[in-house]
Amino acid sequence: METQLNARPVAVIVRRGVRARAVSLLGPLTVVAGVVWALVQPYRITLLHPHHQGFWWLVVEPPLLVAAAGIFFGRVIARPLLADLEVDRATES
Amino acid sequence: MQPRAEVVHWLFGTGLLVLGLIMVAEAIVGEKVWRMRPWRVYLWPGIAFGLGVLMWPVMTFFTNSAIHMLAHGSWAQALMVMGGAELGLAKGKLSSRWWKLAAPVGIAVSGVAFLVHEQNPWFFARAAFLHHLMGWTLIGASLFPLALIFRPRSSLGRSGFAVSVLALAAMLYCDRDIAPIFGHLSPLAGPPHR
Repeated sequence: METQLNARPVAVIVRRGVRARAVSLLGPLTVVAGVVWALVQPYRITLLHPHHQGFWWLVVEPPLLVAAAGIFFGRVIARPLLADLEVDRATES
Repeated sequence: MQPRAEVVHWLFGTGLLVLGLIMVAEAIVGEKVWRMRPWRVYLWPGIAFGLGVLMWPVMTFFTNSAIHMLAHGSWAQALMVMGGAELGLAKGKLSSRWWKLAAPVGIAVSGVAFLVHEQNPWFFARAAFLHHLMGWTLIGASLFPLALIFRPRSSLGRSGFAVSVLALAAMLYCDRDIAPIFGHLSPLAGPPHR
């Protein structure tokens, strides 16, 4: 009987843990995607060969933009979101 | 000094990538946790509105033809109406759920704008292919916010919408001004660069 009563909270905690892990992985996975892209197509990183490159070619480098988006998401969006998930978990448990 | 069209596509792709990540995160944690901080509620409508505002310089400086100007102009307006309506709903100044129709309509208009201003066939060049693909993807993606009006808690609707935005970001990053697509490049497109 006691096991049945505890089963639901355990399932909820596990689900929230999975959610927290998924959110915390989004930023790093995006950064990894940008790095892998840079390795696969190094010519897209004009900073590696900056001579005779125009302003836009030096500023806008797609693999770096992807990595930057991942860093931005991880620091600005995911971090407070994970804290709120923890608060929600604490208030409901 | 003016950037190439592909550079503009990559910059918009970055905006959509951030937007897609935000939407995925919202779909994962659910509405209750997402609304625990008020600023988060304004994120996706604010980014959508901002993308609409940024579409005006695109209309001004990348007008190759009248159809380009009309497509980019209507697209800018649709995105701004969509973002504005969602901002009003988030703030609570708009209460009717029918304002949520602005999102599917805005996204569908964006899709039509993509299709209308690409006058070359699919396999003309990579840019043409991607414009057709993004246009139809947007029209398909507009069904998700439409479904969310009637089933606001649908995780399928939220996830589908978020993944569509991420797919669009990837497509924008794939864009090149003149490049082959699956080995096809029309001689009329010109010589590929880089």
